[in-house]
Amino acid sequence: MTSHTQLYEIFIRSQRGLDHKHVGSLHADDAEQALQYARDVYTRRSEGVSIWAVKSSDIAASQESDCGSFYDPLDDKPYRHASHYDLPDEVKSL
Amino acid sequence: MDRRDIGRFVGMDQAEEEKVFQERVDAEEKIEPKDWMPDKYRKTLIRQISQHAHSEVIGMQPEGNWLTRAPTLHRKAVLLAKVQDEGGHGLYLYSAAETMGVSREEMIDDLHEERAKYASIFNYPTLTWSDIGAIGWLVDSAAIVNQISLQRTSYGPYARAMVRICKEESFHQRQGYNIMMTLMRGSDEQKAMAQDSVNRFWWPVLMMFGPHDSDSVHSAQNMKWKIKRQSNDDLRQKFIDQTVEQANAIGILLPDPDLKWNEERGHYDFGEIDWEEFRRSMSGGGPCSRLRLAHHRQVHEEGEWVREAMRVYENKKRSNQEAA
Ligand SMILES: [Fe+2]
Ligand SMILES: [Fe+2]
Ligand SMILES: [Fe+2]
Repeated sequence: MTSHTQLYEIFIRSQRGLDHKHVGSLHADDAEQALQYARDVYTRRSEGVSIWAVKSSDIAASQESDCGSFYDPLDDKPYRHASHYDLPDEVKSL
Repeated sequence: MDRRDIGRFVGMDQAEEEKVFQERVDAEEKIEPKDWMPDKYRKTLIRQISQHAHSEVIGMQPEGNWLTRAPTLHRKAVLLAKVQDEGGHGLYLYSAAETMGVSREEMIDDLHEERAKYASIFNYPTLTWSDIGAIGWLVDSAAIVNQISLQRTSYGPYARAMVRICKEESFHQRQGYNIMMTLMRGSDEQKAMAQDSVNRFWWPVLMMFGPHDSDSVHSAQNMKWKIKRQSNDDLRQKFIDQTVEQANAIGILLPDPDLKWNEERGHYDFGEIDWEEFRRSMSGGGPCSRLRLAHHRQVHEEGEWVREAMRVYENKKRSNQEAA
């Protein structure tokens, strides 16, 4: 069974100052309808102050199977972390 | 619809909108891109965020100067990672500014035409290897003090960019301090080199926090809008207080005869800053300011063929799609 509606990914900002966070997806005819549906589906308990609806087909995603080539070179750089560097005992803040 | 009208409260006049805006700010709520905001608030933030972005990117030059000359392969790798982070910080900040409706091209143009400034600290040359240590330790520490405070700035995208940046900065500060510590445990010449770097960088770093509160033109309004959360003098004092201990721990002298603990204030007292020097380096008179801008312009021009190729590819793709 195919749907004539499009799939939208829904992102909710739970509170001012925080990032929008992905909460799920839904089918809708257009962006406006997606927002209305998202309100009904995802914010019934006032979970959000702002909703983003993005067409799923507009999202470019990397695959977990790409992990090796994508992230492998990052694992051998412990010096990117502050904890890599020893400090003199007297130094409390740095 | 004008971009500024997005989110305009239906049926409200300007004064009411401003009142709602200020109440939101007073309640410690963040302002988000589609909210109504005073024009001056938007302009101030575009200026501040873009200048912060320019500083991150221009700051790659004095450090990049030592990438090929860092003393060991490990130090090269660390410095490369640090400089790469700074480029990333520039991108976070340009994107945050773009949420206010200014384009990347306009911002770069403002930098090249000298309508926008960047932190004057990057107009000083990096003459020796220990300058890289001094920059990581002192310049990044000073930036962190400022950026921690800005995590609470009222504009949401800027505040969130600050959170991301601060997480990455602590490695910058530590690698710099580690360079200084290593040199201070080395030969007399190495110690002298480290001390000389601190002698040159200490005062310019104190200037990074800007003029005294009493001479700061925009302070009151920026505090009211909570763009700025702590005053220049408070941030400077915080930086000095925490740095003295770090300097003592490795035997570095901070070059200020007036620097001493004031029991009554619970802070270190320090000497007067040479503001004439500050004004000179802000108005493009710093030792390397010509060089920094010329280099940025040159790299931008040399990258024109890439932008050109992207435009051509974009057009080709579009006409293929239309033909299909
Ligand atoms: Fe940075
Ligand atoms: Fe920074
Ligand atoms: Fe940094």
